[in-house]
Amino acid sequence: MLKIDDIHVYRGRTHVLKGVSLHVQQGEIVSLIGGNGAGKTTILRTISGLLRPSRGKIFLKTSKTSGETDISRVPAETITGLGVTHCPEGRGIFSQLSVKENLMIGAYLRKDKEGIADDYARVCALFPILGSRSRQTGGSLSGGEQEMLAVGRALMSRPELLTLDEPSLGLGPIIVDNLFSVLAEINRQGVTLLLVEQNAIKALKLSHRTYVLETGRMALSGLSAALIDNEKVKKAYLGGT
Amino acid sequence: MSGGYIAQQIVNGLILGSMYALVAIGFSMIYGIIRLINFAHGEIIMIGAFLTLGLLQKLQLPFPVAAPLVLIAGAVVGIIIEKGAFRPMRGAPQVTGFIASLGVSIMLQNLGILLLTAQPRNFTFPDYLQSVVQIGLVSFRTIDGVIMASALVLMGGLLFLVHKTRLGMAMRATAENIDVARLMGININRTIMATFAIGSALAAIAGLMWGGKFGQIDPLLGFVPGLKSFVAAVIGGVGSIPGAILGGYILGLSEVLFVGLLPPIYSAFRDAFVFSTLILILLVLPNGILGKKMEDRA
Amino acid sequence: MKRIPLHQIWYFVFVLSGAVFVFIARSTFNEYILSIINFVGIYIILAVSLNITNGFTGLFSLGHPGFMAIGGYMTSVLTFPVAKKAMFLELPGWLSHLALPFLPALLIGGVCASLTAFVIGVPVLRLRGHYLAVATLGFLIIVQVLITNWESVTRGPLGMNGLPALTHLWWVYAWVVITLYVSWKIKFSSYGRSMLAIREDPLAAQCVGTRLFRTRVVSLALGAFFAGIAGGLWAHLVTAITPASFSLVLAFHIVVMVVVGGSGSISGAFVAAVLFSTITELFRPLEESLDAYGIGEILMALILILILIYRPTGIFGTREPGFLTAKST
Repeated sequence: MLKIDDIHVYRGRTHVLKGVSLHVQQGEIVSLIGGNGAGKTTILRTISGLLRPSRGKIFLKTSKTSGETDISRVPAETITGLGVTHCPEGRGIFSQLSVKENLMIGAYLRKDKEGIADDYARVCALFPILGSRSRQTGGSLSGGEQEMLAVGRALMSRPELLTLDEPSLGLGPIIVDNLFSVLAEINRQGVTLLLVEQNAIKALKLSHRTYVLETGRMALSGLSAALIDNEKVKKAYLGGT
Repeated sequence: MSGGYIAQQIVNGLILGSMYALVAIGFSMIYGIIRLINFAHGEIIMIGAFLTLGLLQKLQLPFPVAAPLVLIAGAVVGIIIEKGAFRPMRGAPQVTGFIASLGVSIMLQNLGILLLTAQPRNFTFPDYLQSVVQIGLVSFRTIDGVIMASALVLMGGLLFLVHKTRLGMAMRATAENIDVARLMGININRTIMATFAIGSALAAIAGLMWGGKFGQIDPLLGFVPGLKSFVAAVIGGVGSIPGAILGGYILGLSEVLFVGLLPPIYSAFRDAFVFSTLILILLVLPNGILGKKMEDRA
Repeated sequence: MKRIPLHQIWYFVFVLSGAVFVFIARSTFNEYILSIINFVGIYIILAVSLNITNGFTGLFSLGHPGFMAIGGYMTSVLTFPVAKKAMFLELPGWLSHLALPFLPALLIGGVCASLTAFVIGVPVLRLRGHYLAVATLGFLIIVQVLITNWESVTRGPLGMNGLPALTHLWWVYAWVVITLYVSWKIKFSSYGRSMLAIREDPLAAQCVGTRLFRTRVVSLALGAFFAGIAGGLWAHLVTAITPASFSLVLAFHIVVMVVVGGSGSISGAFVAAVLFSTITELFRPLEESLDAYGIGEILMALILILILIYRPTGIFGTREPGFLTAKST
């Protein structure tokens, strides 16, 4: 579904990604872990079109692309229409818009009124709190509710690939558990997930495969179940010895 | 000082306030979406006034035809300015945009002088708009009534557009967070262009009103009302449309009352009064009356 | 024997050749050309001094003509002959009998402008970026309104005319050299470096111990001092002073010079001032003969916008030409 081929990305003069490759199969949950400043966020922002790689290509194949297409030069506002939706770091809720407007803006590019209504009902079923607070402003929600709103808003675009940047950031453990079980449910409903997480255990447990990123390069990759027992990973990211 | 006199002053203040409010809306919307204090916004008033003059007196178009044309032409001018000057420097520091807008402002003023000469011209509306209406204690010309009523209609329409339509939602989202708006599929170039178009259309109509109210126009006429409308936007809270409307009426009323109620010796100082208010508000109430909290003002 | 560094020889060469130029100019050129050269000099003082405020510390001020007006009016009132004062102005007793020579009058004008900058700077410099710009614009308009209406001292919108023609090229030249010298000394002192640090990152500058607020006020007041001097020179060059001379358009001209030259670059402000004021002066007769008023301004605005789009740091950036600076070895 997604294949990143040796991308290099600069932010200002800093060379953040120094030749990164990864791929995501349809139906998978893939997680991306690594320390601060390793470039995880940069990878997701590059996929979503907010950043442009100076070198390398990003291939996407969804029902909305004609075969496998290079999207490395496609601007952010077009990517959503190709079936990839990015749920940004810090959630990016529109705090002045109502909860319902926040969800509806997720479906900004869609024209199918009935489909949108169906998806709205589906999101409200996944996150009942959003339905009951639909008229409040986004800014009045708690952190956990905002994260649900961000995920719900992304689902409103009916993505085939959903990329999530640190969904657990700043949330309490119970809310995180809840959120991750919803993510698993979303995946069962047919959405492919690419997840960037600081909380490595959670990410490894949820995902099928995991990539470990270190200062702009891929250090390790493999099945999550195998990596969870890997000594190096344990030492660096799981706080074990 | 009779009650009738005060009522009359209040009506005059509302007329002036309507014009300030229409211009202030554009300042506020443009600031809200790209954090630009668009100094050139006032020049659209001048352009609107001269367009009206041309349509009514040169082309002899009837007023109800000319007014919508002015609205459209104002929008087009706004789009040209945005594309030509501000889009190429998007992302530059805020002050850069401000200096550029100062440049655009000086350029438009001098284009006006070059093409139309600095001579003031008389601006007359058809007789049926000039007739005087007396309601109770106050009297005003039909055109003044038209000014107040159409300002209200335009503001109502704008609030509907911003809060109830897809474009309005895109505008509000872009104003809050450009990156996330793009992730939603919003074409921000088009949204910003629409914001300039709407704001400029309203300023152009204010120019039509300005000509009708004061009867004389020249290429520098937009400068002072433009600045004052900016003050109105600051009073209401830059970035907030209801704030701009409120600020416009507050400024219009207080300016007229300042001149009308205080001894005449003070009236020459009214601009000093307006701009002292500006500095005071920036310092004491930087978010205005209805504005949201902004980080980088002070 | 200690060798004199090369860049200091260059300073000497410039100051001397400037003086030679003034000497030759005064003995060869006619009044009209001399007045143009004087205007160019005054613009250099204005641009280089605004560069202290705007370029070094990054305080975007549109109030420069306001300070200029204060200095200009102050100087004019002080030099105005006692006999004329009685005829035109209604001054308080002690002032109506006072007529000072040019230099003290100029200095008092400059100091007054500087004091005003302190007084308005303390509240207003809490604002940043374009909000500061708007507030200083408000200041400029307030100054204009006050001058226009304080008729007993300023003669209102008519302005004062028949001022003694005290300004000649040596005066202007001396003040150009002083302005350049002071601003150069500041830039390459530790104080100047903290100014530049404030411009780049106020928070970080504060963290390393820069007195943020004080440095800001000082840089505004210093710029205002030279603006006041320039106002006095201006008034006694055209031998008249009116409120309309100190308009936003003038502020725009000076800002264009600083921005196009490169904010923070003294050489940039100097070169841009020479360039633009010469262009403006040359365009004036052209505009009059073609009856095409406004072309000069349009051209200037266009250059400004193009520079902002394609070279936002200006011609020189913050730098000075290499041969004029000490080698840091």
